[in-house]
Amino acid sequence: MGVIPSDLDKPILPGKEQDKILNAVSDEIVNRGFVIASADKLFNWARSGSLWPMTFGLACCAVEMMHSAASRYDMDRYGMLFRPSPRQSDVMIVAGTLTNKMAPALRRVYDQMPEPRWVLSMGSCANGGGYYHYSYAVVRGCDRVVPVDVYVPGCPPTAEALIYGLLQLQKKIRRTETISRK
Amino acid sequence: MNKEDTLDENTSNIDEDFSFERSVSKLLANLAERVQSINGQLVYRCELDKLFETLVLLRNTETLNFSQLTDLTAVDYPDRPKRFELVYQLLSMENNKRVRIICSIDDGQIVPSVTSLYKSAEWPEREVWDMYGLFFSDHPDLRRLLTDYGFEGHPLRKDFPLTGYVEVRYDDIEKRVAYQPVQLTQEYRDFDFLSPWEGDQELVYSSLNRTGEVKIGSDEGGDK
Repeated sequence: MGVIPSDLDKPILPGKEQDKILNAVSDEIVNRGFVIASADKLFNWARSGSLWPMTFGLACCAVEMMHSAASRYDMDRYGMLFRPSPRQSDVMIVAGTLTNKMAPALRRVYDQMPEPRWVLSMGSCANGGGYYHYSYAVVRGCDRVVPVDVYVPGCPPTAEALIYGLLQLQKKIRRTETISRK
Repeated sequence: MNKEDTLDENTSNIDEDFSFERSVSKLLANLAERVQSINGQLVYRCELDKLFETLVLLRNTETLNFSQLTDLTAVDYPDRPKRFELVYQLLSMENNKRVRIICSIDDGQIVPSVTSLYKSAEWPEREVWDMYGLFFSDHPDLRRLLTDYGFEGHPLRKDFPLTGYVEVRYDDIEKRVAYQPVQLTQEYRDFDFLSPWEGDQELVYSSLNRTGEVKIGSDEGGDK
């Protein structure tokens, strides 16, 4: 009954096996008019496939963030496109040094993002204060202000490192259970 | 022949420099005194009550025409009787010459604002107020420039602790960013023992005396 791939976690590459599954799915639609899928998986597939990051560049890390979005690494390939508004975005990339003066603004932007939302802390400064850990004006890690899902180390992290972090975030989203059971 | 030409040029340049310096020194004869400097930079030291007059003269004298204030800052020397130094950097675009005016000032003394002379002094004066706590009278808008809203203290004073007094965190109950006293899991450790500012002073002096040339610290103290 139905179409159940043998190994759910492994991506199915284009080829005979994938064709078999796709044909089975279309047969299912033609014969019965609907397909049954796990809602959890479907939600997670949709969410992880279109992560829209909020542009929150604070310092030099922002430049690497721009590199990862530009043509060479091209975050669009993963369905990630930068949004200038927190209300349209799912992820906030905290790219750079978070100062005390900026902290309330960062929190406000985070509060304005709709659920579900994720935070990616990029670079030493956002992770734990980094070079400015002992400064009087810098927050010792942006996790003191917002809950962080993924930490990307580096000073600044390369564009590849950021994309790797975002892929880790996708992985994290895929394994979360959206529907709570009691 | 070429060589002679360049020589002539050089000497005439030096002559020009000297004559310019002489005219500045002559103008400021009663206001400021010349301070020794390297590379022929024009550095003058003046008293606080003559500071404004000095700057007016430098700006308004037609032959000098120091029309631009490129920077204004302060320095903290905690050991001196007059703790701070105000430093004004002026540029004459017409003559391609720069001059530096240094003014010693004690904590709590009020400095006349030069915003009426140089519009560019507005933010630097705010910055000096923010970082050193030197008050400028007649400033149009003397607020803090760089530090957090409601920040207390003046961070570039030497007695201000590096890590400050407060840090921020998000208060989940009050739903806002809150301040709390600084708590460090590990104290700041400085391994630069030869730093002339924070290092072991005896070590610094002995290492400098060995080379026998460089002398650090102010003239009026700083020996420990």
